[in-house]
Amino acid sequence: MDIATKFLLMVLILLNFSALASSRMKAVIRLTAIQGAVLGLLLLSVHRHFGITIILMCLLTITIKSIIIPHLLDRAMREVNIRREVEPILGFVPSLALGGASTAFAFYFSQALPLADPHPSSLIPPASISTIFAGFLFLTTRTKAISQVLGYLILENGIFVFGLLLVGKIPFMVEIGVLLDLFVAVFVMGIILNHIQRTFSSIDMDILSELKE
Amino acid sequence: MRIMQILQALILLAAPPLGIGIVNKTKAWFAGRRGPSLFQLYYDLFKLFRKGMAISKTTTGIFFIGAASCLATPLLAGLMVPLGFPSAAVSFQGDLFVFAYLLGLGRFLTAAAALDTGSSFEGMGASRELTFSSLGEPAFFLGFIVLAMITGSISFTEIFSGLSKPPDMTTSAILLLAASWLIVLLAENCRIPFDDPNTHLELTMIHEVMVLDHSGPALGFILYGAAIKLFIMASLLVDVILIVLPVTVWIKWLAYAAGILLLYAGIGVIESIMARLKLVNVPKLLISSILLSGFAVVLLLR
Repeated sequence: MDIATKFLLMVLILLNFSALASSRMKAVIRLTAIQGAVLGLLLLSVHRHFGITIILMCLLTITIKSIIIPHLLDRAMREVNIRREVEPILGFVPSLALGGASTAFAFYFSQALPLADPHPSSLIPPASISTIFAGFLFLTTRTKAISQVLGYLILENGIFVFGLLLVGKIPFMVEIGVLLDLFVAVFVMGIILNHIQRTFSSIDMDILSELKE
Repeated sequence: MRIMQILQALILLAAPPLGIGIVNKTKAWFAGRRGPSLFQLYYDLFKLFRKGMAISKTTTGIFFIGAASCLATPLLAGLMVPLGFPSAAVSFQGDLFVFAYLLGLGRFLTAAAALDTGSSFEGMGASRELTFSSLGEPAFFLGFIVLAMITGSISFTEIFSGLSKPPDMTTSAILLLAASWLIVLLAENCRIPFDDPNTHLELTMIHEVMVLDHSGPALGFILYGAAIKLFIMASLLVDVILIVLPVTVWIKWLAYAAGILLLYAGIGVIESIMARLKLVNVPKLLISSILLSGFAVVLLLR
């Protein structure tokens, strides 16, 4: 574990906290964009030897996660005209506190995981688990559909961090496939948001509890 | 050694108002004004100490005790912080708890004095102040836990005498701790994202409400005490950052002085570029400071 990796993982966790605490959509979109850039840099800092595939992966991750997807979400946000999360199911301060508690739990839990040899001491498993928890929390406690997309993104970022443990073992094509899936998912969700807005004139998930023809 | 202790006490008495001057000068520079002189607070204090006092008929002795403790407790607490020197003027095992609770005592008596005036407005201020400081205190104490875990000591002098060999996570823990304590410093000293030391507007006042009824020497005590409190908390923050820099005595003192100046200028910059938070958002920021120091503890526990 070198200093740069440690620093980037800590920034990742702090970004989770600030995403949980902020009510403005625009701020959260920007935070996930920064998180995407941090993930790209993490790829470089975990890998010691800079092969062509690693650099390509890093560039692709940064382009998709911190330029294209935030841009899509920005546009979706403008079209459905939602600026902020007004009434989350769980308030911002409790969800921040829960995020802190789940981070502590992640640190505790990751020591109990049966990991291969060099990994138990590294910061990657706890950072990943805590990011996944933060994504879940975001996904379940916010009511606007666009925040749920953001929660999904944070969750996926956590899974990506866990994948860093297997760096070099997963074939290049699989990683690219995952990124492509994510991109398509966000793209589709952006379009669906727009349709929901046009049909029901609201994207509040509480109202969408009944299925109709 | 005796000379060093006297020197530190003198610095503690003389330097704090200059710090406020630096903050105000930075703010004036940002706003394109010339601003008040660096020594303005000294003039103000001199003027206030020569004035008479207007005292409300509803007040009792507590009112005066509050004003006096506002100056006395930061002074006493400041003696325990090494101001860039190898040892503090007063030092014993466990002095950091005495430090924290001296500040707490001063806060309690200020709030009691505010209640003593019988004004509901000041009561509201006291309630706000205590609510927010009760959120700031866990962050402060978690920070103490971090320092104690790093150095294995519960005395400021031993903690700040430097590390022999920094273990794995120390630097990151200290940086998190410094970020957390910066938030606490701004909250405790009613600087801008939390409270504006210059306004007397009703809606978002926290600390300033409590001192509205004080005048003359009592107000002087409070202004002087507030400057000293800011100075000692700034010293603490700079000392914490200096832990990770292995330097010799004289360079350390220079680094300390430069750090203090930078921190004061930084507070001025923060006050110039940030707006005051909505009152409902204040707890959010304080909870994140608790999270930062809690996270530092978790990092060290591994």
